[in-house]
Amino acid sequence: MSTIGKIARRTFLFGTAAVAGGVAFGYYSYTKPFANPLKDGLAAGEATFNPYVKIGSDGKITIIAPRAEMGQGSYTTLAALVCEELDVRLDQVSIEHGPPSPAYFNAAALSEGAPVPQFDEGMVAESLRAALKIVAKFVALQFTGGSTSMADGFEKMRYAGAGAREALKEAAARKLGVATSTLQTADGVISHPASGRSLSYGALASDAATIEAPSGITLRDRKGWKILGKPQPRKDMRAKVTGAPIFGVDVTLPDMLYGTVRMNPSPGGKMKSFDATAALAMPGVTKVVAIDSPYGQGIGVIADNTWRAFKAAEAVDIKWEHGPAPANSVEIDAVLKTTLDGPGFFTLRTIGDPDRIFADAPRDKVVEAEYDAPYLAHAAMEPMNATARLKDDVLEVWAPNQAPTLIQVVGTRITGLPADRIRVHTTFLGGGFGRRIEPDFSDYAIRLAREGEGRPVKVTWTREEDMTHGPYRPVAKSRYRAVLGGDGMPRALTGSVASPSVAANAVERYFPDVPMGGPDNMLIDGAYNQPYGIENYRIDGRKASLAVPVGFWRSVGYSYNTFMHESFIDEIAHIGGKDPLELRRALMSDFPVALGVIDKVATMVSWSTPPAPGRARGLAFALSFGTWVAQIIEVSKTAGTIRIEKVWCAADPGIVLDPLNFKAQMMSGIIYGLSAAVGQQITFADGVVEQSNFHAYDALRMNQSPAIEVELLENAHRLGGAGEPGTPPSMPALGNAIFALTGKRLRALPFSKEVDFA
Amino acid sequence: MNLTVNGKMLSFEADPDMPLLWALRDILDIKGPKFGCGVGLCGACTVIIDGKAVRSCQIVAADVTTEVRTIEGLASDKTLHPVQQAWMDEQVAQCGYCQTGQIMNAVALLESNPRPSDADIDEAMAGNLCRCGTYPRIRAAIKRAATEMAGA
Repeated sequence: MSTIGKIARRTFLFGTAAVAGGVAFGYYSYTKPFANPLKDGLAAGEATFNPYVKIGSDGKITIIAPRAEMGQGSYTTLAALVCEELDVRLDQVSIEHGPPSPAYFNAAALSEGAPVPQFDEGMVAESLRAALKIVAKFVALQFTGGSTSMADGFEKMRYAGAGAREALKEAAARKLGVATSTLQTADGVISHPASGRSLSYGALASDAATIEAPSGITLRDRKGWKILGKPQPRKDMRAKVTGAPIFGVDVTLPDMLYGTVRMNPSPGGKMKSFDATAALAMPGVTKVVAIDSPYGQGIGVIADNTWRAFKAAEAVDIKWEHGPAPANSVEIDAVLKTTLDGPGFFTLRTIGDPDRIFADAPRDKVVEAEYDAPYLAHAAMEPMNATARLKDDVLEVWAPNQAPTLIQVVGTRITGLPADRIRVHTTFLGGGFGRRIEPDFSDYAIRLAREGEGRPVKVTWTREEDMTHGPYRPVAKSRYRAVLGGDGMPRALTGSVASPSVAANAVERYFPDVPMGGPDNMLIDGAYNQPYGIENYRIDGRKASLAVPVGFWRSVGYSYNTFMHESFIDEIAHIGGKDPLELRRALMSDFPVALGVIDKVATMVSWSTPPAPGRARGLAFALSFGTWVAQIIEVSKTAGTIRIEKVWCAADPGIVLDPLNFKAQMMSGIIYGLSAAVGQQITFADGVVEQSNFHAYDALRMNQSPAIEVELLENAHRLGGAGEPGTPPSMPALGNAIFALTGKRLRALPFSKEVDFA
Repeated sequence: MNLTVNGKMLSFEADPDMPLLWALRDILDIKGPKFGCGVGLCGACTVIIDGKAVRSCQIVAADVTTEVRTIEGLASDKTLHPVQQAWMDEQVAQCGYCQTGQIMNAVALLESNPRPSDADIDEAMAGNLCRCGTYPRIRAAIKRAATEMAGA
């Protein structure tokens, strides 16, 4: 077997998406280009050059941004990548999400998620990343996640623009009878300066689309960039400030029916029976049906408006069975403890011989700590919803979603229709954060559409339904130990992390027939793969068996591991008598990019100057999704309550494609993380989730939101992500700041269990 | 029942207990006010009635006797309201779902208090949740709009 074959086979043990995709979509030859999915849906006068560019004879230019716009701004920046090479302005183009297609596979999601540390640029790591890109193409996954839109689109989208530009130039050269080298392109016009003649892209489009773009196009050097690297106004901003109906919940179709669902609130529990007599007697209610899906059992209601559907669903009398999940949070904690104490574990990176150092260490030089993180809901502002219509053997789904090809898989499973008879329209997403990778909301809408007699059904969940069903960010518990030398420096560090495996759980949910085994690198992401040079080092992961659905929550494993690992580094610093910033500098001295963000954030805050009396600061660092981030948080205490005053953040994604948007993403990630750190937790009692709405699961509000200052650096060698890397360091930075202020070490999230916040 | 929305009188049938939010969205096809929580905790459904920011999920349509203003009524022709323009200039929105509610609340604030302090902004806007964390830019946009409106 070839080397790539071996690596690919190994990959299937841990590459969740690879396992899932391979089974679901069949194998495609990775050398064979995918068909251009735009060819089937062209308007009159429209021509397409590749899966990303359409130009009409009227000059209208449409760019396909095949990643879900859920707030992260990828819609605009992906289009900017095309515009830069196509030589058109951003204000000249319109953007669409495009149809689901294997042509829009996400290679970076797999290669950036490779189970090797992102700072490891050695040969093994690079070849593993390259092999994973091939696997991704094999399985043709189209999804938005892992902060990968830019890493994945950086070359693809620019080549799409350059290829179309060169084909347009060739068409112009033939028409004008001149050499292509004598032509210039700008703002959608090709000009021939020698003769003063010019032609618009629109006039050339139909001819140019039949011309194969020349091979060997060289992408422009960034020194020549006109659009990239500079702040661009978001293309979706006007629609969003005028209240345009762009979200899933806003979908309106002729003859549309309205629905909702009520699913068993006990995870995995069956529905024994239901009585819909009262509901069916209510005005406007047409149907109440049982739903039995891989995502749960319950009922769906169809009515003539959403409000009536909500009221009717509430009026249905349902007898539930309890599922296999533990009844309450105490039992869940016991499972985590047992898992930590048990014999099963996996490691992905061990340095030196930590066991020997621990065995030889004097007791007073050993530092130990145990950390906890709760289940978390995503709580996107737009509750889960989807609209579906099944008519004439065609299934159409309109959904705010992060994985359109997965909706086709679910559609086939429910209706038996092949993928080419399932059309998925991706609307704008009212927040995603990983929740909208899940196909459950589409699954339920498709099941209700089967009852719609050819009419579309818009199925909207209540906030209560959304919050009480997950899939959640998993609960986690860890134990960290370190041996300190006489100089206060750590000589050995080990950590054990127990948590349910998101990879195993998600694959089971998306593709119930596929077994998922092996290590899950996401379970220890943020712990095992940080650039700390500790000579004896090991992190082990332990999969906890808990029947609560868990999924991808903004930054996934980093969301709890960075909190635990960075809190422990802070503990080591204080016990060893070191400045937390200086200790990190010393441990990461081999990584100039890490030192760059640490020194930058130290300068921004004047770290060496103590804060005002009554205030204190905490620092944390994380390398996640290819982006290096250091954050410092300053807190104050008044009348017994903690206030988060300010956050300073320095981030290095290698290349900043849009500084204004990148800073917005850092801010967003920070507030998302701090919201969780301050007060969020999903807990269980009597087998069901206790938090049902924002009264019990709130997020930071305007009056609690700190001032945030972000600076960006471009020293990293590879292009990193934007959507997630702001989140991981925010939680430990806050905990470390509270320790610095109060002397109280907070080892369990959320912190509101132990301190009060303003 | 009758309802005046953005200057237009509309007649329609609705259940007597139907919240204004659902009358606007599902019956009158006015989609600016968003459904977020259904219990007045998130502010995504905010409209203006009698100059006050009101959670449209918490008021029954049948009880509304005066004009309802929604985001659809803010811009005149192609010209954005100064608050909307400030949102554009500060590039506030990310996912955008909560922003119609944020903007309506900010309009109500500035109409009653043209020069709000940070504390005034905190107090007025604390009921509007944003999961994308756009608060720093919302604050900047409110201040920018206040300046623009004072100069107009």
